[in-house]
Amino acid sequence: MEAVYIYSVLSMGGLGALLAAGLGFAAKTFKVERDERIDKIEELLAGANCGACGYAGCSSFAEAVVNGEAEPNGCPVSGDEAAVKIAKILGVETSSSEKKLARVLCSGGVKETTRDLEYRGIESCKAAKLVNGGEKSCQYGCLGLGDCEDACPFSAIKINDNGLPEVDDEKCTGCGECVNACPQNIITLAPESSQTHINCSSHDPGKDVRKICEPGCIGCGLCVKTCPVDAIILENNLAVIDYEKCINCGLCAEKCPTGSINFTGKRIKEIKITEDCVGCTLCAKKCPVDAIEGELKKIHEIDEEKCIKCGLCYETCKVDAIMLVYED
Amino acid sequence: MEQLTQLILIFVSTVLINNFVLSRFLGICPFLGVSKQVETAFSMGLATTFVMTLTAASTWLINTFILEALNLPFLQYVSFIIVIASLVQFVEMFIKKSSPVLYKALGIFLPLITTNCAILGLALLIPLNGYNFIESVIFGFGAGVGFTMAISLMAGLRETLEFGDVPDALKGVPITLIIAGIMAMAFMGFSGLISV
Repeated sequence: MEAVYIYSVLSMGGLGALLAAGLGFAAKTFKVERDERIDKIEELLAGANCGACGYAGCSSFAEAVVNGEAEPNGCPVSGDEAAVKIAKILGVETSSSEKKLARVLCSGGVKETTRDLEYRGIESCKAAKLVNGGEKSCQYGCLGLGDCEDACPFSAIKINDNGLPEVDDEKCTGCGECVNACPQNIITLAPESSQTHINCSSHDPGKDVRKICEPGCIGCGLCVKTCPVDAIILENNLAVIDYEKCINCGLCAEKCPTGSINFTGKRIKEIKITEDCVGCTLCAKKCPVDAIEGELKKIHEIDEEKCIKCGLCYETCKVDAIMLVYED
Repeated sequence: MEQLTQLILIFVSTVLINNFVLSRFLGICPFLGVSKQVETAFSMGLATTFVMTLTAASTWLINTFILEALNLPFLQYVSFIIVIASLVQFVEMFIKKSSPVLYKALGIFLPLITTNCAILGLALLIPLNGYNFIESVIFGFGAGVGFTMAISLMAGLRETLEFGDVPDALKGVPITLIIAGIMAMAFMGFSGLISV
């Protein structure tokens, strides 16, 4: 073999070894003591360095969490499990970090509403609101000029042909920019899993709402009475839903005379109690219409005529003895 | 005496006449990237100067005693890059230990000194110019000082511009590039100062 090969390999190898040794020595000499918790937390994170938390990467997020600048559940990618573990490391409590999505609480578009005046000014909801509260007769509704669309950093919200904002659930990150941008305060952040929304923000009396907006809430209170878990309350002529209490049974949407309630889930068709039932009577106690009969330690039965198919019993059952059959 | 004059000439010419940034157009990346604040720009300049001086010394040694002695000039690029990368690693560790604030301020640009073409350019220019050891070190140090000067001047101008009335279309990068161009032209004025 020619000498040049040998020399090349030897000289470069030697050089590399020498520098590696030097760096190894320097790494020990200049070692910076770091909070152990930072490393532990970093291990729990997804490690994608995506920046969704608002920090430069997983490492800086971990540092911020330890310094108390960020919440343990600040990483939307790692999920709840990691958040709980991180909170444990820090010895603090954490709340669930279910993803939230923007929801527009108005369904009165161009077609469904009447208007008092024609607005020809700056294309901005904020400006339009200054002119006698905007075009629409309803002073609470969406102005449709797209302040939310402009504010969204992810192009997840668009004004549709009917002049109402539509949220693209895939793109929405729940950052809340649109909520802040809307001068009418009709956008809210709702948990991703919630399927029942009352799409109206009007506090006008029902008589007035009927005249100016087809799907507006008239404050009749039917939904409040129907709700088996008391998740809806009437606030100044407007039904308001509590997403934490709502079990997404869809009963309220069925009862609503104006269609202000939008239910995107599936209704329950049938509820069955299987042989796994141990006869604890928990479900019977929970049932809002007393449709479940059964003695202690015997398999319970559901009275089909009384049952309103809310699914509360399913949530209550500890032994998974209740089966829900959904409509297609 | 004559040697001292030669050294001063090399230093002045590297800093002013053949400034790495403004007349050789090397190291533009940090020149534009870290020149928003005078303080960080100056620190970046110091870190780069440190790496450049050490690089000049070590690459001269490697080039003379290994590459030329064994007749392996084609390994220049490989060996120089290894040396530069290790030196930058070393500087990074050093700064992280000695000044966490500076470490944070320099951010990603610190490891990027590795890929700063001004440094590899320097390493490759040394054998080309045929400098001896001391001349190389002065050359490297001068290059660093020149870089520090250019980036600090730039940062000073940009800091002032923050409050200036810049037309919308030129805000940000465009005006920075225009300033860089004007600075380069101004530095051409030094070219008649001395000739090496």
